[in-house]
Amino acid sequence: MSVVTKQDVQHVARLARIRLEDAELATFVPQLDEILGYVRQLQSVSTEGVEPTSHVLPLANVTRPDANQPCLDPERALRLAPARHNQFVKVPKVIE
Amino acid sequence: MVYEPVIGLEVHVQLATHSKLFCGCPTKFGGLPNAQTCPVCLGLPGALPVLNQQAFEWGIKTALAFDCQVAEVMKFDRKQYFYPDLPKNFQISQYDRPLAKAGHLDIAANGTTKRIGITRVHMEEDAGKLLHDPKEPASYVDFNRTGVPLLEIVSEPDLRSPDEAYQYLVELKAVLEYLDVSTCNMEEGSLRCDANISLRPAGASEFGSKVEIKNLNSFKYVRAALTFEMGRQARALDAQQRVAQETRLWDLKSEATESMRSKEGASDYRYFPEPDLVPFVIGRTVVESITRALPELPAQRSRRFADAYGLSAYDAHVLTEHRRLADLFEQAVASYRRPKPVANWLMGDLRAYGNARGKEPEEVQVEPAWLVHLLEAIDQGTISGKMAKDLFVDMLDQQQDPRQLIEQRGLKQIVDDGALDRLADEVLAAHQQSVEDYRKGKMNALMFLVGKCMERSKGKANPTQVTEILKRKLS
Repeated sequence: MSVVTKQDVQHVARLARIRLEDAELATFVPQLDEILGYVRQLQSVSTEGVEPTSHVLPLANVTRPDANQPCLDPERALRLAPARHNQFVKVPKVIE
Repeated sequence: MVYEPVIGLEVHVQLATHSKLFCGCPTKFGGLPNAQTCPVCLGLPGALPVLNQQAFEWGIKTALAFDCQVAEVMKFDRKQYFYPDLPKNFQISQYDRPLAKAGHLDIAANGTTKRIGITRVHMEEDAGKLLHDPKEPASYVDFNRTGVPLLEIVSEPDLRSPDEAYQYLVELKAVLEYLDVSTCNMEEGSLRCDANISLRPAGASEFGSKVEIKNLNSFKYVRAALTFEMGRQARALDAQQRVAQETRLWDLKSEATESMRSKEGASDYRYFPEPDLVPFVIGRTVVESITRALPELPAQRSRRFADAYGLSAYDAHVLTEHRRLADLFEQAVASYRRPKPVANWLMGDLRAYGNARGKEPEEVQVEPAWLVHLLEAIDQGTISGKMAKDLFVDMLDQQQDPRQLIEQRGLKQIVDDGALDRLADEVLAAHQQSVEDYRKGKMNALMFLVGKCMERSKGKANPTQVTEILKRKLS
């Protein structure tokens, strides 16, 4: 039984702003289905009475003092962006 | 039909820490764009966030001030969405284990107090700032604000009018000011508010469909936008139309809300636990020590003002709503013994002065000593009450001690009997008709003559004294 449908992949692709052609969908749907199907084996384990675990390290309350550290040079930071406009990162317009 | 609005507010408070929530970048407002970033807040591969201890403590402090249940264990989660103001493509926020839940804030409403529930208080990082090019199809991003610590305070849908919503915000801000955890500067975005509103037929128990309003950067806009939405939704419901569940933006120019046509798309945040941040255990001893260290809050200060200074409950409440106003009051009464006139000037003239200039009363710059000097000048008869009103405005406009203003302008009242006597004689001689009228029993004629004396003395005569002298001369 398949876990992932074509609609699921289209939905996630839309949320991630990725445009997928039909041919790509034909590749990704069975691939993702296989991956998630493999992971699904975990669901056969009984977790009755087990508290959900979000972290596995025996660690808590790691904080840092409220102090300033050096920042990245803005020129270096802006070089990482695909496009810039003066001191800003330039992106396609996001509001109509 | 008569509808009842159901309103809930989400307030984002920027905590006034030096550094960001998960890295050491400065939080200072107004810096050169993209100069306050690092691999952590830009979400570069391999960078690890570490929680700011101060933000954590202030978060607990704030939650306790609203009587919340602070979580024994809290954790952070990733809220996924794709928008250019978010370099990591997820925001570190809190989902199912927030910092605190189930608090409340008591607000003044219709002459009584109303308890407004606070659903939850959680910590999250701010996003960057977007500027939209008016001509080109481009937006510009400044990541300086990315990662700045925010507390989100979510109210229950307990508010029933735009005025209540306004009052809730005023009192919420007062608590934050007293706690000293935020600058609460709305112009710089340190305090932001989104409002949710739905209408239902009065008396109904089910909720109508909810509209979220954004872009509300002043409490007055919150009230105006909610009032507008009530009208818009009521008209739609009266016309048997469906109110769409959507996000709308308050437009300052048209003074209307407009549907937000964003390309953000569907919300499907797929929260999951932030693996890079370990959980946080908040022990009883920590909660107890922070509770003990809580400062006096507005409600307590209001009770103390009523008891210690003999103010009415209403006056004490209004004065303590703004921390600076309350501080000003206490500083003034430390050297001036009559609290009531001090309270009256602060609540009457100072508020009126602020209102006329679109300012909150606590934004008006005034020294406590100025107020004391003004009141002393009235008490000593140097200036009349009427002169004091004008002088108060000049004092604030020119930011000067009223003593200096009195000196400079020779504003001292004429209290010398000889001078007032001459003034009265001159006026009586010039207005024979009024003298006759008064003698025939027209009381108005006396007021007219007093007015003429005031006019001739350019307002420097003491009106009570003038009235006495005129009466004596006319009898």
